[in-house]
Amino acid sequence: MERDWGVAGSGQYQLSELQNIEAQSIHIIREVAAEFERPVLLFSGGKDSVVMLRLAQKAFWPGRIPFPVMHIDTGHNFTEVLEFRDRCVTEIGATLVVASVQHSIDSGRVAEEAGPNPSRNRLQTRTLLDAINEHRFDAVFGGARRDEEKARAKERVFSFRDEFGQWDPKNQRPELWSLFNGRHRSGEHIRVFPLSDWTELDIWQYVVEEQIDLPSIYFSHRRHVFRRDGMLLAVGPHVSPRDDEETFEATVRYRTVGDMTCTGAVESSASSAEDIVIEVAASRLTERGATRADDRVSEAAMEDRKREGYF
Amino acid sequence: MELLRLATAGSVDDGKSTLIGRLLFDSKAIFEDQLESVERVSRQRGDEYTDLALLTDGLRAEREQGITIDVAYRYFATPARKFIIADTPGHIQYTRNMVTGNSNADLTIVLVDARKGIVEQTRRHAFLASLLRVPHILLCVNKMDLVGYDRDVFESLREEFAAFASRLDVADLSFIPISALQGDNVVQRSVNMPWYEGASLLHHLEQVYISSDRNLIDPRLPVQWVIRPQAASRLDYRGYAGRVAGGVFRPGDQVMVLPSGLTTTVAGIDTFDGPLDEAFPPMSVTIRLDDDIDISRGDLICRPMNQPTVGQDLDAMVAWMTERPLAPGDFLALKHTTRWVRAVVRDIHYRLDVNTLHRDESATSLALNDVGRVSLRVTQPLYYDSYRRNRQTGSFILAAEDTDVTAGAGMLLGPD
Repeated sequence: MERDWGVAGSGQYQLSELQNIEAQSIHIIREVAAEFERPVLLFSGGKDSVVMLRLAQKAFWPGRIPFPVMHIDTGHNFTEVLEFRDRCVTEIGATLVVASVQHSIDSGRVAEEAGPNPSRNRLQTRTLLDAINEHRFDAVFGGARRDEEKARAKERVFSFRDEFGQWDPKNQRPELWSLFNGRHRSGEHIRVFPLSDWTELDIWQYVVEEQIDLPSIYFSHRRHVFRRDGMLLAVGPHVSPRDDEETFEATVRYRTVGDMTCTGAVESSASSAEDIVIEVAASRLTERGATRADDRVSEAAMEDRKREGYF
Repeated sequence: MELLRLATAGSVDDGKSTLIGRLLFDSKAIFEDQLESVERVSRQRGDEYTDLALLTDGLRAEREQGITIDVAYRYFATPARKFIIADTPGHIQYTRNMVTGNSNADLTIVLVDARKGIVEQTRRHAFLASLLRVPHILLCVNKMDLVGYDRDVFESLREEFAAFASRLDVADLSFIPISALQGDNVVQRSVNMPWYEGASLLHHLEQVYISSDRNLIDPRLPVQWVIRPQAASRLDYRGYAGRVAGGVFRPGDQVMVLPSGLTTTVAGIDTFDGPLDEAFPPMSVTIRLDDDIDISRGDLICRPMNQPTVGQDLDAMVAWMTERPLAPGDFLALKHTTRWVRAVVRDIHYRLDVNTLHRDESATSLALNDVGRVSLRVTQPLYYDSYRRNRQTGSFILAAEDTDVTAGAGMLLGPD
């Protein structure tokens, strides 16, 4: 399909906002492919990683994406998302690496949290860092956006990680123009965030414009849920309501895709990406504030996890 | 919808955080859960008012010490434009952050407290914005409510700043009297300052004309990546992928490839979304050429009649960003467009006082947060334009060879 590259009424040779950030993201992805030996793209099946994968496809078209795609499988993923992941990767002919938190637990690298419905959110950092070491990945693409969270608002596009996989927010490399510095030593690596300048609304508008396919749980559906800490959690194999938590059926959708144990649904009748653009534009809650228990631990929950090597 | 990148600098005292908070809040970019979290932290700390600075000060150390350490990026949109704010602290020790925040900015907001007038930090910020060649500088005289919305205060600050700015290289300079706290001239025109006939800040940000700020004259494509699909259906495909750094490329254009100097014709401009009739900055495209020339990453595609400067001896303004000083004889890694080369410092001509613009020619090194004019020699010729002419082909970064940290930023001087 021919694409309209201009913005009507604003003079010649002007890109739209989405075309502008798309061009920037493609530039970033190509820089990484050219300057690193073993890049990998983190792919969860969530909307941001799906958009990132599309951008990688665009960056190398008509060639193939010259690096593998990796999923950190917590064992608590939504079935719909895993099916989507496999279909997506097969369609574009990418190589998929799966690193399993269950495997990290079984081999004694990490211990399952105590109590009912344990979250594996924090455990995946170990699995991720082990996989980076094992495969000797030197650049790891993540789909994080700066508008998501206040610690992420400070993160560089090329974000240095030391040999322990740690982020040092007070000692980041200045990042100027589009001149990215990916220099590092053996054992260190760079996290790369091509979607840094994208907002949640940008992602959804792009999904609409590009007609990108997403896992079905993003769109409204009927589901058995219960209310915990102000969030709607789905009843499933890894989450069950306590005695005082009442289960009911509701029309819901997910704004983010994380583990079933920590990702809440929102009541919504938005059944298409177009509906969601309207809903997001009117929303008064951030996606993580609305639906992520993992960010509610403390004011600096994200910063603390990121320091340890989290996504 | 267009994109406008803006930079702000200043300390909490200037009301910068209040201003950003108001822009975000009035454009509905602050969400309820973010506001609640800020209110909660303010209460816990015993603040008398909700400290909107907490919205941008995201790091634990910043919250604990009540300071802004680093560049924070904020996003908001109106129906007309999307805005990316690079918000930087204004203290002298953070010159490097101001340089970083301004490097990609279309517009810089310089904030002045109407009661305090033009101070050292105002001049430093304006100078750095002009050094980084931000096309539009906007002086916002804030806290007008505290000077009785007095026109004379505004006019005298405007004159004083304009006189200072005439010594700088500023393409477009505007002035707005505001009160971020009361909201005067931020989103709506103020009823308290009927003597001011210009636009409100937000209206100015929505309307300022940025289309002509890019270089559409000198065709430049630094090659990032060579696309050669290993597929039977496209065995002969060879495309040169990169981001257009200047000018316009069209199929049929005669082009020259550096360093080889060979000329050929553009056979086609490809994207995933289909072929293009034209490619211009900042598009990421893939160019196919009629002749099979040996081209690799770091090469530059330009026009035979419009070539960049080619040379190994560079003259540049350098902003130094690391503790270890820069001195003649130092070896560094230098990244320019899509290539890394080695560089040695030949000479430091002068150090510039970023507050007075005085040139100290006795300087023998550049310390952290210094700016100066430096000569470098690089191992291989670069294909460059002056930074004044092209921000992409006229800029470079310097990295320490031992620690790999980004140690400096350079803006090339040239024939024009």
